[in-house]
Amino acid sequence: MLHYIGSRLLQLIPVLLGMTFIVFLIIRAIPGDPAQVILGQQASEEAVKALRDRLGLDNPWYVQYFDYLIGLFTGDLGESIRTRTPVVDEIWPYLAATIELSIFAIIIAVIIGINAGIISAWFQNSWFDYTAMVIALIGVSMPIFWLGLMNQWIFSIELGILPTTGRENVRNPVDSPTGFYVFDTLIRGDFDQLSTVLKHLILPGTALATIPMAIIARMTRSSMLEVMRSDYVRTARSKGLKMFWVVYKHALKNAIIPVLTIIGLQMGLLLGGAILTETIFGWPGIGRYIYEAIGFRDYPVIQSGILVVAFIFVMINLFVDLLYSLIDPRIKYD
Amino acid sequence: MGKKKFLLLALLLLLMLSTALYGCTGDDDAGTDTDTDTGDSGETDDAGESGEEKILVFGRGGDSVSLDPISVTDGESFKVTKNIFDTLINFGEQDTEIEEGLAESWEASEDGLSYVFTLREGVTFHDGTDFNAEAVVANFDRWAGGDAEQFPYYGSMFGGFGDDEGHVIDSVEATGDYEVTFTLNRPQAPFLKNIAMSPFGIASPTALEEAGDTFGDNPVGTGPFQFVSWNRNDTVTIEKFDDYYIEDEPKVDQVIFRAIPDNSARLNALLSGEIDLADGITPSDAGTIEGDDNLQLFERPSMNVGYLGLTNTREPFDDPLVRQAMNHAIDKQAIIDGFFEGRAEPAKNPIPPVFAAYNDDIEEYDYNPERARELLEEAGLPDGFEMELWAMPVPRPYMPDGQKVAEAIQSNLADVGITAEIVSYEWATYLERAAAGEADAFLLGWTGDNGDADNFIYVLLDQDNIGSNNYTYYENQDLHDLLIAAQTEVDEDVRNDLYMQAQEIVHDDAPWVPLVHSTPLLAGGTNITGFYAHPTGSDKLASVDME
Repeated sequence: MLHYIGSRLLQLIPVLLGMTFIVFLIIRAIPGDPAQVILGQQASEEAVKALRDRLGLDNPWYVQYFDYLIGLFTGDLGESIRTRTPVVDEIWPYLAATIELSIFAIIIAVIIGINAGIISAWFQNSWFDYTAMVIALIGVSMPIFWLGLMNQWIFSIELGILPTTGRENVRNPVDSPTGFYVFDTLIRGDFDQLSTVLKHLILPGTALATIPMAIIARMTRSSMLEVMRSDYVRTARSKGLKMFWVVYKHALKNAIIPVLTIIGLQMGLLLGGAILTETIFGWPGIGRYIYEAIGFRDYPVIQSGILVVAFIFVMINLFVDLLYSLIDPRIKYD
Repeated sequence: MGKKKFLLLALLLLLMLSTALYGCTGDDDAGTDTDTDTGDSGETDDAGESGEEKILVFGRGGDSVSLDPISVTDGESFKVTKNIFDTLINFGEQDTEIEEGLAESWEASEDGLSYVFTLREGVTFHDGTDFNAEAVVANFDRWAGGDAEQFPYYGSMFGGFGDDEGHVIDSVEATGDYEVTFTLNRPQAPFLKNIAMSPFGIASPTALEEAGDTFGDNPVGTGPFQFVSWNRNDTVTIEKFDDYYIEDEPKVDQVIFRAIPDNSARLNALLSGEIDLADGITPSDAGTIEGDDNLQLFERPSMNVGYLGLTNTREPFDDPLVRQAMNHAIDKQAIIDGFFEGRAEPAKNPIPPVFAAYNDDIEEYDYNPERARELLEEAGLPDGFEMELWAMPVPRPYMPDGQKVAEAIQSNLADVGITAEIVSYEWATYLERAAAGEADAFLLGWTGDNGDADNFIYVLLDQDNIGSNNYTYYENQDLHDLLIAAQTEVDEDVRNDLYMQAQEIVHDDAPWVPLVHSTPLLAGGTNITGFYAHPTGSDKLASVDME
């Protein structure tokens, strides 16, 4: 097992290196000069030239790339061109905001998605099955933008029960040393704040959960249907076991593996920062951070932001792979 | 063994489920709460926590870049720093006339080469440092000793730094405890207006020294509010400065600037009461605000221009006749009615009508497709031509929807035989390619910085600015001579006259189709009083109160 983890971690290095290389080339291939963008429309040519010099933007790209790599190995993610702050120092709050939202969304997606999939498979071709799958189809094709604004309108303006945007009641801000508001308020036992924070999570969380939920439901259903037809399930049923246990205990265990893969991938995608969700709900997450950096051609932020997200993505997938053997002991990594 | 692991997993799922359920109960609580509080959960919470404090939440489209005003050029930074820092001279409440600020009075020498400022006494910075002549000198020395990267606006407004040839300010000296003398290398007509711009807010010298490079995260000025905290991309919080030099200001205890990038979401946040004031209301939403008894609309006096630039070096726009034909072909009023909900006025000059230098005698190119056709024929293009029409990818106050305006223009042009293909690029790309002269015709605009005509006509149309803000590559030596003369002319009337002439030249050469001067909109609760939207886009919130 440890050997397997070790080799997977080693594999990470070429993957991440390749990724930095591709990102590096792509962002330099798009037109737009960071020096010009940062100095503003009024800047003189000399000023732009001076800034380009300081940032080393006139060096050949491979020199720039090499400099960047050397920085990476010393733990230096570069300095934001726009805010002149090291990326390492400013990235955490954005990342924490996105992680919190993603975890919340994936919990919703997993609980509802898996159960809807199971029940659909259990009662195949029933009205529940049809309704759930139609909803799932709508879910995967739902424009999040529209859904988000409609939810704001219904739940915040018409019903007045949920806040429209943001992570907290700004008039009574949360003191959060870790950046995870739920965690901090929970630890402190500040349940008033916890409830405010959770309320702020609901709308963006459900908007973000919609697509993964639909995908998970469909995946679970098809995977379950396959397993339900297998011999051991028939045996279990003929043995007189209650259907509930057959489904949730025996069938699910074998059906869950492909679903887990999907969950892992979806979780990774969510962490990449859902730019639309973060924009509509004014969520100060990593997606918007990187997206805005693109507008400003803030190369170090784009490169390092994507690097961090990719790293997490790969780690989640590693974790999911390890989960397989936990759930299905037949899978061994040696 | 397997069973145990499965149980473990089930337990984990149960834990997740309970967390989610807790979320739902929290939700229900909110429902009962808000029944007694008309849908504003925000207000309930803070009433309990902080008593009678008046907290103003100002929703806006983006976050600030830095809170050290001299180091930035973006409006979202100035929106905050305007309230933390004071300038020697202030702009008027809703115009760009100059008024006393940290300086009580000033005197210019006849030749316009020296200015003596008498400073206000008894003013202190938020950190307790005294405000005096030394503090002013320290700030100007800091700026003049920097470079364009550190202090971009200083360089562009005062012609450079230190010993640069173009640098306008020769020296700044403390000639008394509360008297500062500026000596200039050459007269600069908008000198006082420049001094009044937000970037030139006076910072505490002690704090500057202590904070060094991190001053932008710990700004200290003499303004009505002092800095409290900043959550990037989310909120900037500032609170009342008790020793502010104007006795009964500021009226509110705290201001929180909140970034909500999406216009519709910001409007939703306003409607639900989470924010008290919202910037960047799109004209199409004005009706919603006016129809709501709890909300009011604020108009920002117009100091901008939206235009269709015609790249003068590209065929067939190298022919003034074709450019004039374009001017006659486009129906500005229809664009204003359609996409600005009438909240704009048609433009005929590059500078906005509020300026004294505005030439109202210029006869506008009226909407006249017949005349446009004639002009095209005269130019040897009786069958029209094909062109690319660039549409802005981002909304701006002077152009809330570039795509739709472009479509309207496209159909106008089709009427006179011109086939326009609409194209668009991501914003930074758009600007760079337009500046490189790659567009045939492009939508763009400008919002003024200091309320001076030079800031429009010279910046946008002079040959010195080709490659930067003169995107049209328009060149005219006569115009250039007039504009350079106007820059150093200190007599206001003579100067305005120079600009009047300049506008005539621009009108005849028609490098643009000037489209609109729009009125940007804000909205807030009806309980808000004393809010005056400033044409520069940075609003002083000291006089704002909430009832």
